[in-house]
Amino acid sequence: MARKLLFEHINVPGINTFDVYRKQGGYRAVEKALKSLSPDDVVEEVKKSGLRGRGGAGFPTGMKWSFLAKPEGVPRYLVCNADESEPGTFKDRYLMTNIPHLLIEGMIVSSYALGANTSYIYVRGEMMPQIRILEKAIAEAKAAGFLGKNILGSGFDLELYVQPGGGAYICGEETALLESLEGKRGNPRIKPPFPAVSGLYGCPTVVNNVESIAAVVPIVNEGGDEYAKIGIGRSTGTKLISASGNINKPGVYEIELGVSVEEFIYSEEYCGGIANGKRLKAVVAGGSSVPILPANLILKTTNGENRLMTYESLSDGGFATGTMLGSGGFVVLDEDACIVRNTWNFSRFYHHESCGQCSPCREGTGWMEKVLHRLEYGHGTMSDIDLLVNVAKQIEGNTICPLGDAAAWPVASAIRHFRDEFEWHVTHPQEALKGNYGLAHYADPLPQIAQTV
Amino acid sequence: MSDKVKVTIDGISVEVAPGTTILNAARQIGGDIVPPAMCYYSKLEGSGGKCRTCLVKVSKGSEKDPRPMPKLVASCRTTVMDGMEVENITSPEVVEAREGVVEMLLINHPLDCPVCDQAGECSLQDLGFEHGAAQTRYEFDRRTFERIDIGDKIQLHMNRCILCYRCTYVADQITDGRCHGVIGRGDHAEISTYIEKAIDNDFSGNVIDVCPVGALTDKTFRFKNRVWFTKPVDAHRDCPTCSGKVTLWYKGEEVIRVTARKDEYNEVEEFICNTCRFDKKKTSDWVIEGPRAIANTSVISSNHYETLKPLPVIQQNPALMASNKEEFERTKKS
Repeated sequence: MARKLLFEHINVPGINTFDVYRKQGGYRAVEKALKSLSPDDVVEEVKKSGLRGRGGAGFPTGMKWSFLAKPEGVPRYLVCNADESEPGTFKDRYLMTNIPHLLIEGMIVSSYALGANTSYIYVRGEMMPQIRILEKAIAEAKAAGFLGKNILGSGFDLELYVQPGGGAYICGEETALLESLEGKRGNPRIKPPFPAVSGLYGCPTVVNNVESIAAVVPIVNEGGDEYAKIGIGRSTGTKLISASGNINKPGVYEIELGVSVEEFIYSEEYCGGIANGKRLKAVVAGGSSVPILPANLILKTTNGENRLMTYESLSDGGFATGTMLGSGGFVVLDEDACIVRNTWNFSRFYHHESCGQCSPCREGTGWMEKVLHRLEYGHGTMSDIDLLVNVAKQIEGNTICPLGDAAAWPVASAIRHFRDEFEWHVTHPQEALKGNYGLAHYADPLPQIAQTV
Repeated sequence: MSDKVKVTIDGISVEVAPGTTILNAARQIGGDIVPPAMCYYSKLEGSGGKCRTCLVKVSKGSEKDPRPMPKLVASCRTTVMDGMEVENITSPEVVEAREGVVEMLLINHPLDCPVCDQAGECSLQDLGFEHGAAQTRYEFDRRTFERIDIGDKIQLHMNRCILCYRCTYVADQITDGRCHGVIGRGDHAEISTYIEKAIDNDFSGNVIDVCPVGALTDKTFRFKNRVWFTKPVDAHRDCPTCSGKVTLWYKGEEVIRVTARKDEYNEVEEFICNTCRFDKKKTSDWVIEGPRAIANTSVISSNHYETLKPLPVIQQNPALMASNKEEFERTKKS
């Protein structure tokens, strides 16, 4: 059984209440940090732990914290990004629903490390139950003296607020989140300046994902070095994976980074194999934004090595044959899934969620969606496929925020790996409406690459 | 150490003040290497970065850190560093990306130039002409909106809008009280006022001048004439609200339009008030200064003052007479 750091006590009844959480050793990290560590010590521990941002980009959290500008007399802010709305990702919602105090505890320790006296948790608007849960948890923590003025007699003050968003995916982009938090239209800002210099209300700000902040708790409890022992290479610690799709046991799993993809899909401990005895066709490994991979490439890299659930292994091969760990939204598609339809569905999402600020993304997402819709419903032509690749290329890299890239990658990768399925939709429009292309050769073993000396 | 930084754009070096953007540095050099800008407006704080037509490649970050920037950057919002090297029209990558952006800007544009008042002075028209493809690959219905009257003098034709956000910055910065912004998201986003409320402000007419396309038009000029049949003349009046420095657009003896004076990048020199713009349309209201300089490349310059029987307003002003003669000579040559 793999080690659980975040979800160790997840099955204890009543863990969502302060008393039970405290009894299970909760808020130890706050006591340890505030009583025996300096803020810089906490940052140092996080750096040592090698924790990387769990929101998708995988940027080292400790490094992000050390970039925070610290001018005299200017308040600093910590903002928790709980605007989780990537299709396929639901780990933060699960964490906030079931063990809200873990996030509160992480927020206290992180705010202490960064010197923030006011911190915000920006929760997606649709998550109203989670907002109530968090507010209740904050009230409990405050009543117990873990929030407010002079926490545990350490002289550290912290007020924690929950801010519901309006339900826009774009507000998960950190600068759009800050705009929204300031009460403006959630359009991403042009960087630089980065939030670490000029963020919320023009003050230095750190924006972290829910899971990253929660992971600070075990790091402080056990020490950064201990945390770094879990995992492989630069992918340290544990990661929450939201597994969904055609698998026997969908759900949120806490894995040690370094588990092989094959084990994750097929072992009883995790997904329990493909549902209904079907065969694996493709996997979207890190939420809808990352490139989709066919079965043969997701299980093995082109070098013939097993692909592991780590930042490095999943991105092995670059965009040609690799993908990304992203936010951990693991979507499994079986042989009955239609890649064209799936791509269209993702594209529809990005069309709906584009903020409309920069032209390539505003116009291009809608265009791709319309072309994919046409392909899926049997009115496409061969030239549409190249058109999609070209439009995706025109969007990618030319926008202010990564939403443009996120919209372009799934389309580009689907065509890269499943081009014959797209072509089949053009050549067999009637059959494409009734059935689907099936598994074809997507699970065939990879050809051996000739070794170049 | 000098307080200027050196930047090289397409092989041409220029020294500019620190904090200057690449676009403004390029404008100091001038000519073909100036990236086009649809949303950036030097007089509006915070504008720019949205349309992506001004993308350039930074092939060398600075003297200290010579690494190139990984992605194309928006030149209007990227400040120069000492020793920076920028590629604009010399980079095939930039030219290709710009062509892509122009295509994107045009896919939902109605292309109704023949009936659009902005035709002839439209930034999008120029941009499409210079950087666009001859044909569109877009085969779907374009998004459409109803025309909206914003007050009795301005009409919003959202179909033509490219969402540059310039007018919202005007409403924010030039006028007090914010009543005008962007609603909706993605390609359904639209410029709007709260519940079609009129923009009621002395300077609201400036949204017409900043609009790069024909989305915001002057209702007092609507369908009156094509801009290239009108004659621009600089004039001023003693205005209590604004500087009173304007361009009058003559058709025959009539002033059919008043706008602010625009420079070669289509940016106004000074914002003018609504009284000057909409209400003062008699020659007697103004002191005539002389002809408005229009770039030779503009279609407006093709039909200026070339008449044997100049209008009374031209006859009375030696500068206009000289200009008339020069233009007339030019037409005879061709």
